[in-house]
Amino acid sequence: MSEHDVQREVTELQAKSATAARIFDLRRIIGGLFVLYGIIVTIAGINPSDSSLDKSEGININLWTGLGMLALGIFFLIWLKLKPAAPAKVDEKPDDA
Amino acid sequence: MQSPTKGAYLAAELRLPTNWLDYTILGIYFVVVLGIGFAARRSVKTSLDFFLSGRSLPAWITGLAFISANLAATEILGMAANSAQYGAYTVHWYWIGAIPAMVFLGLVMMPFYYGSKVRSVPEMLLLRFDKWAHLLSSALFAFAAILIAGVNLYALAIVVEALLGWPQWVAIVVAGAFVLAYITLGGLSSAIYNEVLQFFVILAALIPLVVLGLKKVGGWGGLTDKLTAQHGANFTTAWGGTGIGSANPLGANWLTIVLGLGFVLSFGYWTTNFAEVQRALSAKNLSAAQRTPLIAAYPKIFIVFLVMIPGLVAAALIPGFGTTDSGYQYNDAIPYLMEQLLPNGVLGIAVTGLLAAFMAGMAANVSSFNTVFTNDIWGRYVEKGREDEYYVRFGRLITVIGVCASVGTAFLASSFSNIMSYLQTLFSFFNVPMFVVFIVGMFWKRASVKSGFWGLLAGTVAAMVNYFWIYKQGIIDIPTDQGANFVSAIVGFVAGGVVMIAVSLFTAPKPAEELQGLVYGTTSPGMSEPPAVGDDAWYRRPALLGWGAIVLAAACYIPFSF
Repeated sequence: MSEHDVQREVTELQAKSATAARIFDLRRIIGGLFVLYGIIVTIAGINPSDSSLDKSEGININLWTGLGMLALGIFFLIWLKLKPAAPAKVDEKPDDA
Repeated sequence: MQSPTKGAYLAAELRLPTNWLDYTILGIYFVVVLGIGFAARRSVKTSLDFFLSGRSLPAWITGLAFISANLAATEILGMAANSAQYGAYTVHWYWIGAIPAMVFLGLVMMPFYYGSKVRSVPEMLLLRFDKWAHLLSSALFAFAAILIAGVNLYALAIVVEALLGWPQWVAIVVAGAFVLAYITLGGLSSAIYNEVLQFFVILAALIPLVVLGLKKVGGWGGLTDKLTAQHGANFTTAWGGTGIGSANPLGANWLTIVLGLGFVLSFGYWTTNFAEVQRALSAKNLSAAQRTPLIAAYPKIFIVFLVMIPGLVAAALIPGFGTTDSGYQYNDAIPYLMEQLLPNGVLGIAVTGLLAAFMAGMAANVSSFNTVFTNDIWGRYVEKGREDEYYVRFGRLITVIGVCASVGTAFLASSFSNIMSYLQTLFSFFNVPMFVVFIVGMFWKRASVKSGFWGLLAGTVAAMVNYFWIYKQGIIDIPTDQGANFVSAIVGFVAGGVVMIAVSLFTAPKPAEELQGLVYGTTSPGMSEPPAVGDDAWYRRPALLGWGAIVLAAACYIPFSF
């Protein structure tokens, strides 16, 4: 097995690979999950009980964490909106480069 | 660097006051994890898709997966434990024990790895040396990966039992089943996507904990005052008491820190551990592969604060934290603060983050194991030359076997009380000799074909002899396990290097035309790839990113040095 054999094999496989064309955009998942988590945790922080405020040193940590997570989720969704993934090139021919 | 996690795990009285809200948050996470597996499944067509995501992912994803594969829960709990026990010395594992090696991987080694189109780290040894070096390194790696995956699973079970009250076997089987499902379905792509997701959940878990912890002890000033009063001034400095011959809790001096941790152990872990390098090899082009460890370096510089501060806060709040009198183990630092400070809601995020980190740590090892076992052992020496679909099927099968084996090693691990610190030591045996063989092979053309195998063998044996005989039998007095790990690493490195040079002098070198693209100073076609559109932007230049990370890490040392 020489270097050239490995390179040829991987180059051929890479030409047939489907990941680039078919994989979904991760930004949608991160954005969606953090928006959902952000909403849940923010709601938990809207009317904090005294005991939960005492526990977290007087800081309404649910509210702040929830808003932070919401902001991160929205950031990913905006990024996705502004720069969608480039359409994958449809190229079935092996690439000799 | 893997963290130096200590002995038996958590105190039993740390049961968290979780409610339906926290379980909802955890449940949503498990659904999303599985969803990623199912959605990634349709992207798997060739074996390259299954094992290396078709070499097609963008740099920000591979970079965050690179850091996340390292940010397993054993690392999070272990580094907090390290801080509660040794203080601010923990910064060494990050700023000197990670950043230089990550930058070296990106700037110097990645063109050889990515440009030669190898699918694994052992395959690189096959090209540079021979099948004996390849077979030995593949077997050592596959063995270690299953053990580490099992340790992650076992650690998860203990933490889940202490925090949530689930029996250990339930946690092991549930977590094993989820990891099995999403890797078998989507291969490396779903492992990497889940790692990136986990990175953000972990940040959302640790940042509130650090903020509240600092508030409780009266800010950074209050924290250092309390710790100085309890443990002395060196506890909150990076280098205090590390002069050669002077005593400090770490049991190491500046020379063993710089050489053992900063050079040998760290370079061995970051540059030749395939569970890490695999993330970079799945990047879409050479520029993205080079930027993978460099993008990871920036969060790595700051993550130390998120794990060190909870450890220090726990040490400041409870005098003698970690000793038997306090009723807490060092590993309890983060769970203790979660219990004390986090209300329901954020608590659910924190529990989810910890579980996610355990699963990601296990998944990184399983996904690198199945790649090495299929491509480097089975496909190379047992069933050669079958059609590509066969190797995808075999990869899925070996994933199932690998997960079952790590469930087995998890139960095995549960019968040893301080398996963690032993395993940490064992892994330094595996990474360091691999690194010396790589570095000599890459920078010295004359290193012969046969020298790879003998160097690897000699380095592994020498590190083991140093640990089990010279240290454990007390031939030379080294105060702590950590100090001994640093020395073992240096010994393994030197022995491997010396044997390689000796063997090379008596055996034939590899012909120069077969070394193209494998030795520093030569090139191969894959290395001269022109930058893709947009990759020539100044902020994407690898040299700038790399040197920027080094300067930033050095600057971070300043406030901890005086």
